[in-house]
Amino acid sequence: MRVERLPVKNEETQVAEPPIDLTLLDDLIRKYKNKRGNLIPLLQGAQDIYGYLPRKAFLKISRETGIELNEMYGVATFYAQFRLQPVGKHIIKVCHGTACHVQNAGGITDALEEALDVADGETTPDRLFTLESVACLGCCSLAPVMMIGEETYGKLDGSKAVKVIKDIRLQEKKNGG
Amino acid sequence: MKKKVTVGLGSCGIAAGADKVYRKIEALKKAENIDFELHKTSCVGMCYNEPLVEVEDDTGYYMYGGIDEKKAVEVLQEHISNDNPVKDYVVLSDLFHTKDAEYMEGQVKIALRNCGYMDPESLEEAEERKAYQGIKRLVNESVKSKDIVEEILNSGLRGRGGGGFPTGMKWRFALNNDSSEKYVICNADEGDPGAFMDRSLLEGDPHAVLEGMIIAGLAIKASHGVIYCRAEYPLAIKRLNIAIEQAREIGYLGKDIFGKKGFDFDIYVKEGAGAFVCGEETALMASIEGKRGMPRKRPPFPAASGLWKKPSNINNVETFANVPWIILNGADKYASYGTEKSKGTKVFALTGKINHGGLVEVPMGITIHDVIFKLGGGIQNDKEFKAVQLGGPSGGCIPAYLDDTKVDYDSVNATGAIMGSGGMVVMDETTCMVDMARFFLDFTQKESCGKCTFCRIGTKRMLEILTRITEGEGEEGDIQNLEELAYKIKDNSLCGLGQTAPNPVLTTIKYFRDEYEAHIKEKKCPALSCKQLLTYEVDPEKCTGCRVCAIKCPVNAIDGEKKQPHVIRQEDCIRCGDCYNRCKFDAIVVH
Repeated sequence: MRVERLPVKNEETQVAEPPIDLTLLDDLIRKYKNKRGNLIPLLQGAQDIYGYLPRKAFLKISRETGIELNEMYGVATFYAQFRLQPVGKHIIKVCHGTACHVQNAGGITDALEEALDVADGETTPDRLFTLESVACLGCCSLAPVMMIGEETYGKLDGSKAVKVIKDIRLQEKKNGG
Repeated sequence: MKKKVTVGLGSCGIAAGADKVYRKIEALKKAENIDFELHKTSCVGMCYNEPLVEVEDDTGYYMYGGIDEKKAVEVLQEHISNDNPVKDYVVLSDLFHTKDAEYMEGQVKIALRNCGYMDPESLEEAEERKAYQGIKRLVNESVKSKDIVEEILNSGLRGRGGGGFPTGMKWRFALNNDSSEKYVICNADEGDPGAFMDRSLLEGDPHAVLEGMIIAGLAIKASHGVIYCRAEYPLAIKRLNIAIEQAREIGYLGKDIFGKKGFDFDIYVKEGAGAFVCGEETALMASIEGKRGMPRKRPPFPAASGLWKKPSNINNVETFANVPWIILNGADKYASYGTEKSKGTKVFALTGKINHGGLVEVPMGITIHDVIFKLGGGIQNDKEFKAVQLGGPSGGCIPAYLDDTKVDYDSVNATGAIMGSGGMVVMDETTCMVDMARFFLDFTQKESCGKCTFCRIGTKRMLEILTRITEGEGEEGDIQNLEELAYKIKDNSLCGLGQTAPNPVLTTIKYFRDEYEAHIKEKKCPALSCKQLLTYEVDPEKCTGCRVCAIKCPVNAIDGEKKQPHVIRQEDCIRCGDCYNRCKFDAIVVH
């Protein structure tokens, strides 16, 4: 059972919630309002828009659809897919499925934690990377694997994984000037 | 004939770079104006040879494996332009024997009959391969619902999601419950880490699953279908939606389908949100209704009161994929494969320390040894086969000495493991069984929905004990405590997740008790896998000072001048083993 809290402002451990445009939710709410079983698609849609579920989005959806806030929060914290914290630009999903586990996926997470200086599940202060463990990406024959965006990297070890991150960081620096 | 080039574009192929290969071939075809047909298909199951490119010409077919962009150029030039097949890259052909031939020859493909043989986004190609002929026969011959149910019962088909409950019985219960609103639900929430057969099926042959569901709809008199699919499978969802659209357009889904008045059936895809427990049927239905996916007490069973409190029938992806084949070829033909109580075939996902990792479909009753050594090509790097984990987090480890165990529901259950959805994770001498048990417990503990106290707290306590053991802090009495907790959790949990969560622990204690004892009493990990119990050191005699380990060490914990023996700073070492794997001189010692 995961225990999470809604994002609260001014807490040192959390990255501050960036400003968001709530009007982006209007179409989504119109599409699913008054449909039975609509809560999960609403949350999925909101997360697609913002990359996570901002506190303000919860409030707006609740106000406009009549779904109780506690019900929304209950569902959002139940499923692994939903995030209550802002995430980095690149989400690093390190596969910890069985096949990857026996091929030392733990070593990859360890090396990335070390290189990025964040713990599993956290975002780097520059909001460039979020490090995550996922259950199974279904590419077991390429184990151990990680996925960043749409790209899957297979047959990794600690230093290969760190190199991928370094390359992305370099690329970002170039793009940023 | 015109030469035909087909690229395998399943998720695993794409991850291995098949997309790039396809684009390269496409670009070359255009740029150099080479004349051949270019096709896409899905995964044929040979994941270990991805990316796969098949070339068909007048002489026969050639399956090229491990093709990157460079090799693709070579194959195009030599084979397509010069009629000179590049035999070095061929992994399978009907013209000559290859070492990979055994992988395919031992298989009987029923559920996977079309995967890797057609473009999954083309209804036309699917129909050429007999899609929708089963349902058309039932409609044309006006076969009665109860006779369809009877046919499925006679085939002996049992639930392929893991439970092994006879499919025909489920259908009969659902048929016997009268209601104007009934549901056929396809469970595609393949959450078991290490299993990907459902993903591959949905990506490779979505129409087979749709047809299976339509047949179920006709059999239980339902008109609504829902596919509950993991959101982590974007390609499967995309191809399902394409297939559904195609079926609607041609009148295979919707109102009065297949030209039969009053036969209404439609399907939509519901994306899951990532919860393993939603593989349990009552939790899955709660999730479709937009609630927390928590199981509830049964009865009432879904056949009486399921989705939206209406009679519902839930089957797994693979189960549905078998149905059209049974209808078309007859229950007797299906039942001619397999054992007395487990009929037909089963798809397994072979992963772990095995040479040929991929998907195989074999008749029930084949031995584990044959699957691993004949089809799977044995253990990687000639290491010793230690155990195989069957059934994922709900299953158990079967030790090497029981490898003559037949894979059918009852023989596997007798070992303490379960068939599950068919994940087969092969382990060698370097896999620690205590760590394996800890890994699965960690998974089930996180995924427990929290409803039942024993599952919620018991798995947590078991995980704590196992973690202590793997960190060298095991105590006398830990094994007994684990066993006691295990049985209490099994007895006091509502759903399959809790009832089976302790299985990996119980089976590893049963077959590998000595490993637990070595961790607890001697503080040693015999497999040299538990990091806290290991020390990496440089053997100064063997070290040549090549600096490879020092340069590659992800935490820079290795010191030493060039051509001088190096030293690992123990306080900084994260014990990732990278240096050990890289050293060409066996100079890194681990103990």
